[in-house]
Amino acid sequence: MEYVIEMLNIRKEFPGIVANNNITLQVKKGEIHALLGENGAGKSTLMNVLFGLYQPERGEIKARGKVVNISNPNVANDLGIGMVHQHFMLIDTFTVTENIILGKETVSKGKIDLKKAENEVREISERYGLAVDPKAKISDISVGMQQRVEILKTLYRGAEILIFDEPTAVLTPQEITELIAIFRTLIKEGKSIILITHKLKEIMEVCDRVTVIRKGEGIGTYDVSGTNPTELANLMVGREVTFKTDKKASHPKETVLEISDLTVKDTRGVPVVNSLNLNVRAGEVVGIAGVDGNGQSELIEAITGLIKKDNGSIKLNGKELSVLTPRKITESGIGHIPQDRHKHGLVLDFPIGQNMVLQTYYKQPFSKAGFLNKREIDLKAKTLIEEYDVRTPGAHTPARALSGGNQQKAIIGREVDRNPDLLIAAQPTRGLDVGAIEFIHKRLIEQRDKGKAVLLISFELEEILNVSDRIAVIFEGNIIAEVDPKNTTEQELGLLMAGSKDKKVGVEKNV
Amino acid sequence: MSNTIRKISIPVISVLLGIIVGTIIMLVSGYDPAAAYIALWNGAFGEVYFVGEVVRQITPLILAGLAVAFAFRTGLFNIGVEGQLIVGWLAAVWVGVAFDLPKIIHLPLAVLAGAAAGALWAFVPGFLKARFRVHEVIVSIMMNYIALHVSNYLIRNVLTEKADRTENIPASASLRSDFLSSMTDYSRLHWGILIALGCVLIMWLILQKTVKGYELKAVGFNQHASQYAGMNVNRNIVLSMVISGAFAGLAGTMEGLGTFEYVSNKAGFTGVGFDGIAVALLGANGPLGIVFAAALFGFLKVGALNMPLEAGVPNEMVDIIIALIVFFVAANYMIRIFLEKLSKNKSKKGEK
Repeated sequence: MEYVIEMLNIRKEFPGIVANNNITLQVKKGEIHALLGENGAGKSTLMNVLFGLYQPERGEIKARGKVVNISNPNVANDLGIGMVHQHFMLIDTFTVTENIILGKETVSKGKIDLKKAENEVREISERYGLAVDPKAKISDISVGMQQRVEILKTLYRGAEILIFDEPTAVLTPQEITELIAIFRTLIKEGKSIILITHKLKEIMEVCDRVTVIRKGEGIGTYDVSGTNPTELANLMVGREVTFKTDKKASHPKETVLEISDLTVKDTRGVPVVNSLNLNVRAGEVVGIAGVDGNGQSELIEAITGLIKKDNGSIKLNGKELSVLTPRKITESGIGHIPQDRHKHGLVLDFPIGQNMVLQTYYKQPFSKAGFLNKREIDLKAKTLIEEYDVRTPGAHTPARALSGGNQQKAIIGREVDRNPDLLIAAQPTRGLDVGAIEFIHKRLIEQRDKGKAVLLISFELEEILNVSDRIAVIFEGNIIAEVDPKNTTEQELGLLMAGSKDKKVGVEKNV
Repeated sequence: MSNTIRKISIPVISVLLGIIVGTIIMLVSGYDPAAAYIALWNGAFGEVYFVGEVVRQITPLILAGLAVAFAFRTGLFNIGVEGQLIVGWLAAVWVGVAFDLPKIIHLPLAVLAGAAAGALWAFVPGFLKARFRVHEVIVSIMMNYIALHVSNYLIRNVLTEKADRTENIPASASLRSDFLSSMTDYSRLHWGILIALGCVLIMWLILQKTVKGYELKAVGFNQHASQYAGMNVNRNIVLSMVISGAFAGLAGTMEGLGTFEYVSNKAGFTGVGFDGIAVALLGANGPLGIVFAAALFGFLKVGALNMPLEAGVPNEMVDIIIALIVFFVAANYMIRIFLEKLSKNKSKKGEK
């Protein structure tokens, strides 16, 4: 079988580290080839070598059997290599077509021939079943659609090999299903796909072969049909990984968080949280399952005092929270792992050490009489860095320089260390690899076992089912069902999340 | 290359490039650059009198630079330093001429009045930003004009009877010193330089050592995370502007109680407030950097006055050089790429 692209024994060094060592990646025509590795294993570096952004120190790249020198991205483009980035490179105020032709405009008499371009875009879109409206503005279309525009962009430029960098990280479950269908069409049309991911489920579902890299080393290439998720996870992490979080039965005690009849309206006056009732007790993990945008963010922000409620009450250990400032709420015993760690969890330009005291800096021993005590802050930072295995050169490294997983560990360390009665974890493992996910789930269970209340909000059903002791399904701002994770399935939950109140009927329909 | 060297190299290279391009412009326009630079140097250091004048000029520049930098470090762009400086100047002189008090009370009171007036003037854009999300740049620019004309009105109609300037402040409110003055051949050097250097220390202390500084910086870097962490974002925005304005007010106070000892009707802006932006930029918003940048600008501005006399080169030439320096600092991306290429070549050669 002929390979469309081969990267042989690639080595790439940066000052002080070897990012890639002896990695071989061979992609056959018409296959979906997964590139699997933990965060920071060197996947992006390898792809940047392929895309001509970095020059390898050793090794060679062959395209259709011929050795090539990809000295810059234009060479990669000419070879038919296209990349769909995780963070989209689109101009919000431009239309789909304008974005696609950017840099490759069809010009006639000094004017851009938008009509012709639109037709071309429409044609490609139809051929691959992308269903993108060429005239739509980027700011008006969904994230899933924007991703398709990125795909179109590479196809418009004649890509034969498409690299997808973590494409499902930003998508809803439905959009993921649709993306997989698009993958299949692309393959049918003779394209090849490299899928960068650390989600094992996706690999098992769509890929033909998988190349595993670990800490910059090439581990090997495997047929997906001849392997299983456990084996892949072990190869990727380099040790045994457990998927099922080990936990004993929960012993819930007194109610810690009591939300009754809570209503929150958005700026237009539409209720986004609608007469919601929810209790979380000490010693249990309550998982909130739901599709993004059903009031989860507003619920958390109302509990933590960041937005005002319109009606109802939120009580922590019997004390009304909604009249307090965010700081008083934090002090009364709430820890919060925010959904967006860059925006809400960290001050990225601060050293990681100073981020560890973001809620406690004004208290002793971190400060006295208005002056910071840097020694105590460093001490706390060092303890947490060690205890939570935050991999950083030191406490003075800017938070920005850490990988996502390590940033998240730092946040979790900070929040758990304050020993809150209620820990709110919103999407705590988003974008992280299995090793980090395992670590974080263990910590959440640990809090529960210490007799704390944990409220977990996640769009990942697997996570909800795995970690929660009780699942509350949120739909249009209301808890529409409560289920026991032991007696439910992903399918059942999925239907509830879509708003079907009577789960029995729903399941039967599905069967 | 270490980080510190890289940080320092950008302003240093910018200054060199500014001088080089300035030289070319002089050559093209038919002036003798060597004579011009000698005249510049003599104008600043040739006589002890000039040295005194340079230090005097540096004083308000440091404070204006601190004002811009403090706001910038906490995420705000205070372009209203000029206006805050004008009201600070007015308030300090007003307290100076209106009261008859012993020096130990009068002088501190006048200085504080200047700082307070600047703070109050900066409070307005800070408050509007915090309360209504009005951009501080727009409001503070408008506040500059209000400051200029309100100050002129008050001088003509309240402080004096249709005069163009107030009377001189009494010695009890003056920063002037016979000692400093006689030491520098009767220049206008005054004690204000100590206040300016003290403020440098204060800025460093606030930002690096205090709880408030930590909070102000956190809000400047990331409002959302600060809010999540329970900080009062709005109060910090206002506070940041107020502190910045106090520095600016002090810059005006230096002119009012030190350099001139009176306040006069102004046809236009003093320019010192705007120079503060350049000083902060060149000094990379760091307290020590600001001292160096202010020193450079002070030297250039005072030295320039000698250029037409000694070399026949218009002193506006120095304004061009200052503008060029600011341009190169702002365009530091260019310099950084150049430095990176340089260090890459070096390391490649090292390998071979």
